[in-house]
Amino acid sequence: MTYNLNGFFSRIRHSIIRGPVYPQTEQECKRIITDSLILHFRPRTVPEPALKFSLTWGLGGMALVLVMLLALTGILLKFVYVPLPGKAYESILVLQNEVWFGQLIRNIHHWCANLLVIVVFLHMLRVFFTGAFHSPRRFNWIIGLFLLFFVLISNFTGYLLPWDQLAFWAITICTGMVEYIPGVGTWLQKMLRSGPEIGPAALLMFYTFHTAILPVCLLICMAFHFWRVRKAGGVIIPASLDDQSDTKPGYVPTIPNLVLRELTVALVLVAFILVFSILFDAPLESPANPGMSPNPAKAPWYFMGIQELLMHFHPVFAVLIIPVLVTGTLILLPYLTYQSNRRTGGVWFFSRKGRRMGIVAAITALVITPPAIITDEYFMNFTASIPGLPTLISNGFFPAAIILAGITGFHRLIKRKYNASTNETIQTLFILLLVSFIILTVTGIWFRGPGMALTWPWNPELSSS
Amino acid sequence: MSSNLKKIKDTAEPGRRSFLSKLWLGLGLVVFAESIGVVFAFLRPRKPRTSEGGFGSIITAGPVGDFEPNSVTAIVRGHFYLACLEDGGFLALSRKCTHLGCTVPWDSKNNQFTCPCHASVFDIKGNVISPPAPRALDIYPVTIENEIIKVDTRKPIRRSEFRPEQVMYAKRI
Ligand code: HEM
Ligand code: FES
Repeated sequence: MTYNLNGFFSRIRHSIIRGPVYPQTEQECKRIITDSLILHFRPRTVPEPALKFSLTWGLGGMALVLVMLLALTGILLKFVYVPLPGKAYESILVLQNEVWFGQLIRNIHHWCANLLVIVVFLHMLRVFFTGAFHSPRRFNWIIGLFLLFFVLISNFTGYLLPWDQLAFWAITICTGMVEYIPGVGTWLQKMLRSGPEIGPAALLMFYTFHTAILPVCLLICMAFHFWRVRKAGGVIIPASLDDQSDTKPGYVPTIPNLVLRELTVALVLVAFILVFSILFDAPLESPANPGMSPNPAKAPWYFMGIQELLMHFHPVFAVLIIPVLVTGTLILLPYLTYQSNRRTGGVWFFSRKGRRMGIVAAITALVITPPAIITDEYFMNFTASIPGLPTLISNGFFPAAIILAGITGFHRLIKRKYNASTNETIQTLFILLLVSFIILTVTGIWFRGPGMALTWPWNPELSSS
Repeated sequence: MSSNLKKIKDTAEPGRRSFLSKLWLGLGLVVFAESIGVVFAFLRPRKPRTSEGGFGSIITAGPVGDFEPNSVTAIVRGHFYLACLEDGGFLALSRKCTHLGCTVPWDSKNNQFTCPCHASVFDIKGNVISPPAPRALDIYPVTIENEIIKVDTRKPIRRSEFRPEQVMYAKRI
């Protein structure tokens, strides 16, 4: 009888998991991967250099963990949240005050979303600076850009949902920017707002995008992204090791070597998020009041760079030409002609020379951008100093041309001085623009006060408003 | 695999086969296009259902005599300001800043609209005194019948600047 019962249970267990549950030998470790649906995404063995933390900083894995946390907490939020202008804010209050762990779940969702933008951005930088976007990883860079886009739009659509003053006016301002796109701007704005002003239809649409369409898009792109990483033979590793062909990198079993490391990173991240969410509440201001704009009214922080551009350029340049140029460049980046990528993939900043040039570019941006912002704010008025021309020319074309000339000059100079390769020069220009963009974003977040005038972050006016 | 395909192609009448497969492909594309069309038509912004006398309908602001020359009155339910100019003419100004869409409050002390968001300033006629706003505040058509002012808030009128013909006057009897 006992014998039969054992056989019965073991039949059930083996029908679910064929191999050993807790693998002991190397063979079993490899077998468990091929036998499991989820682990099947991983190779059975990985090259040892790929395990090095400072190669990837675990950023892609962190992004995945954050997306999963967002999905779990987001589903919980859906049980309480009501997407109606009169009810949304109230339902957030109910969530925070009456639902067990409601505030905590909201905090986790909020902080994960914000951290995800940072982590995905850093992951993109890691991929760029380790040269992991060349063939055969070209198209995965493009999928990654889609992921970045979906992450940003998810954040943006989620921003409106609490329906407080912060949410309402940030979305008003951002959809206000759209109007400046020549030709289709007015129409597009009406589509985004589902009418002349942000109202019930817009809230319902944002909610649908945020909780149904975008998560599915993210999921599909992520699966595609991971599959491509596999197809490229795993993450990029320094080729110099590969080259000494007789000393091929040693392969080690994925379990436990890789999976344990990933688990560790995931756990540390979850712990960090949890502590952070216990200590800091997600902001909630007074309920949205379409009749009264707060001062200052700002875009969400990840669009603050564009908002800062808007302070200096004619809107057509700030919201259309410059973003389109930047996006186009990012898309084309893997398809440019490079001199060499075989030997240097997986090496941070390409080479010692690349590193030195990068530092020069970063310092240049740090030294030039803040004075440029201040000069344009207080001392320079392109519209007034070149009268008689449309502002599109005087306040759009002229400053853009000056900046372009500056970049070209810098390019010439650095190329000549360092006798650099294409890889190194492109990386240097990338760093120049990257640091400038970060400075613009930081200016928008911390150095703009009431009326969007420049102030210091520690100005009491800021904290009181 | 490829040799198999070739054999099939060779034996069939090539003209009819390729015509049929093109037909199927074409039909597939039609179905696809139709579905896209349906989705877009489904998602088209509907006319917002406006309550009688609320924003998006024709709003009665009040009798002419209620408004003093050189004054601005907020008509909150209509999302606009009724400006009574110095000469007694009326303008219905949208409260939405033409820069990025914040709501501009009327500053009666300085006789101007000051946007809290990026500090655009407009005068009583809606003209831009100080950028970044690129054009004057939108207006709504005003009609005056039997000394009663009505404002049509269904569609704002964009304008680059104030012009005298935008002002509506009560008929002097
Ligand atoms: C939700 C967003 C994203 C997730 C979850 C994600 C996840 C991952 C993961 C887990 C890896 C494996 C290696 C690693 O951990 O670094 C990876 C690699 C990669 N990612 Fe992403 N990623 C995201 C966004 C992006 C973005 C924005 C880009 C760039 C535009 C990008 C480009 C790449 C490329 C090219 C690789 C291959 C790198 C290599 O082989 O070394 N990804 N990603
Ligand atoms: S929205 Fe009024 S000045 Fe920007």
